[in-house]
Amino acid sequence: MSALPPFLLFYLAAIAVFVTRGRTQQALMVATPIVGAINLWGIPQDASVTITFMGMALEPLRLDALSRLFGWLFHIAALIGVVYALHVKDRVQQVSALLYMGSALGAIFAGDLLTFFLFWEAMAITSVFLVWARRTPEAYSAGVRYLVIQVISGLLLLVGIMLHWRATGSLSFEYIGTGAGYGWLILVALGLKAAFPLLHSWLVDAYPESTPTGTVFLSAFTTKVAIYALARGFPGTELLVYVGATMACFPIFFAVVENDLRRVLAYSLVNQLGFMVVGIGIGTQLAINGAVAHAFTDVIFKGLLFMSMGAVLTMTGRINGSELGGLYKTMPKTTVLCIIGAASISAFPLFSGFVSKSMIMSAALKENYHTVWLALLFASAGVFHHAGIKIPYFAFFAHDSGIRAADPPGNMLLAMTIAACLCIGIGLFPGLLYGALPFDVAYTPYDVTHVLTQLQLLLFSALAFVWLNKRGIYPPELNAVHLDVDWTYRRFIPGLARPLINGIAAANHSVRTAMLGGLERGLELLRSTYSSRGLLSRDVGPSTMVIWVTTLLAVYLFLSFV
Amino acid sequence: MTEEREYLFDRPNNIKRVLLGLYAACAITLVLDLVVHRHTEHPWEGLLGFYPAYGFIGCVILVVVAKWMRRFIIRPEDYYSQKDLPAHPQPAEEDKQP
Repeated sequence: MSALPPFLLFYLAAIAVFVTRGRTQQALMVATPIVGAINLWGIPQDASVTITFMGMALEPLRLDALSRLFGWLFHIAALIGVVYALHVKDRVQQVSALLYMGSALGAIFAGDLLTFFLFWEAMAITSVFLVWARRTPEAYSAGVRYLVIQVISGLLLLVGIMLHWRATGSLSFEYIGTGAGYGWLILVALGLKAAFPLLHSWLVDAYPESTPTGTVFLSAFTTKVAIYALARGFPGTELLVYVGATMACFPIFFAVVENDLRRVLAYSLVNQLGFMVVGIGIGTQLAINGAVAHAFTDVIFKGLLFMSMGAVLTMTGRINGSELGGLYKTMPKTTVLCIIGAASISAFPLFSGFVSKSMIMSAALKENYHTVWLALLFASAGVFHHAGIKIPYFAFFAHDSGIRAADPPGNMLLAMTIAACLCIGIGLFPGLLYGALPFDVAYTPYDVTHVLTQLQLLLFSALAFVWLNKRGIYPPELNAVHLDVDWTYRRFIPGLARPLINGIAAANHSVRTAMLGGLERGLELLRSTYSSRGLLSRDVGPSTMVIWVTTLLAVYLFLSFV
Repeated sequence: MTEEREYLFDRPNNIKRVLLGLYAACAITLVLDLVVHRHTEHPWEGLLGFYPAYGFIGCVILVVVAKWMRRFIIRPEDYYSQKDLPAHPQPAEEDKQP
């Protein structure tokens, strides 16, 4: 086969980028996803590479409709991210971003679970450098927590895979399901990276601490690989419907009060993942198509939103809603691009979110998940409220903060423009995306009912925002920390462990004191016995010696007669 | 800059226009509900004004609950930075510079 495995190209590019500089380096960065896409084009459908390693049949490359679509998506995301980060002169970020993207591609094209695991771990290790690259104490400690949780996910996956292998004798990555214990282990491992409720805090903790460009890469890959793996291993697992509905609903409450606008986006990322998880849980062809299509559009519009907020952070040095406002005056292009992203995530008709999200909603109704459908409808209104209105409003409008920052450098604007064009393009011509979906299902997003009801929902949500603002009910942006699940492992558990640690310290101290006392007494005894008048250091004459020898011989003689 | 140029939304009239546009759009979609025949799958969907009401009430509840929830989860800005493990191995950039 003439084509390279997609991950290898990115790994080689990472080495090349490490040793080059300046224009050559920039050209290499941009060329990698383009060459990668041409390479992917050349790999035939249903291509497969198999090797046997220590008696295990491995499949490091497998292409089918599902993995190919994610492959296209990751190449698009890679190109956008690389262009956006072209001005960055930080080798740590450049190399780790390429390795990270390569690992994500390796994971989705892995045909067996062992290869998948290796790339799963590689993603964790390479991506943490994008967090640390911010080089602040907050980013450092958030990165450590991020890495610990990613590695826990990897360990659960590894144990699940080993049990799966023992039970079935196969490592092939097909439907897994929750019929056996290992299925649950693998599901939790995937759920950690897919930000299931209560397992989501690493995402909202670490992503907003990364660099302006790093977050764009981070938001695209890890969670989507998890969605891909769920779509392959757990379609139709009913539990996921309820897990996903919870994921779609609870983060929007946090997003409403959160001040850091990139953290607001991180919450809305969890919320969008919820829609995809619901689709996978429903498991019909329409639902899976919807989940995959939504993953596709989400990477692009969420990337666009993270890029616009990254541009704000880069140009103003601030990201808190309370400190921003009025930026539309001097950043008009960023404002327009951000609004396109906001319209897409809110699923306005003619924008990309509309054509993908409505598939999941329709599938939920068709399969009679009425409560879940209502929850998703609420989440849709909430998305518009916090991501669609709050993000652009507090950054670019609201009160005038007095900041007069210019639009970001050309490469950042170009990357955002590419993403915005894709958002509108997919919204206008959904057939392009639908044609690449794993199942061949006829679906028309643009009918009168859908468009009208969606517009009603969104417009009246906007009306609610206006009304709440005018009445002064809307919560002000406050410079504050809002607790989330990460509080349990940053404060609560360390707090619980403190008495235990204190107890151990006290016991350690008393044992040491007792031992030292004993040692001291022993030394004192030796000192006294060996002192100049001590028992063992007296001057003893030869006569004493003779007496003792005679005594011993007498005893010996006596004993021999007994 | 002392004499700054006037921007789009510095004029209250323009803000008013945007809001009027929103109110008009809301009214039009509400009227269209009466005219257009919608196909429905959920029993509530057929109710007149279901989507507008759901969107409006949903968002109000969202904000009110979030505000209530904030009372329990809000902490000072430096809550975590006061003492967070593990400590950064090097002092922060700002501290290093003289």
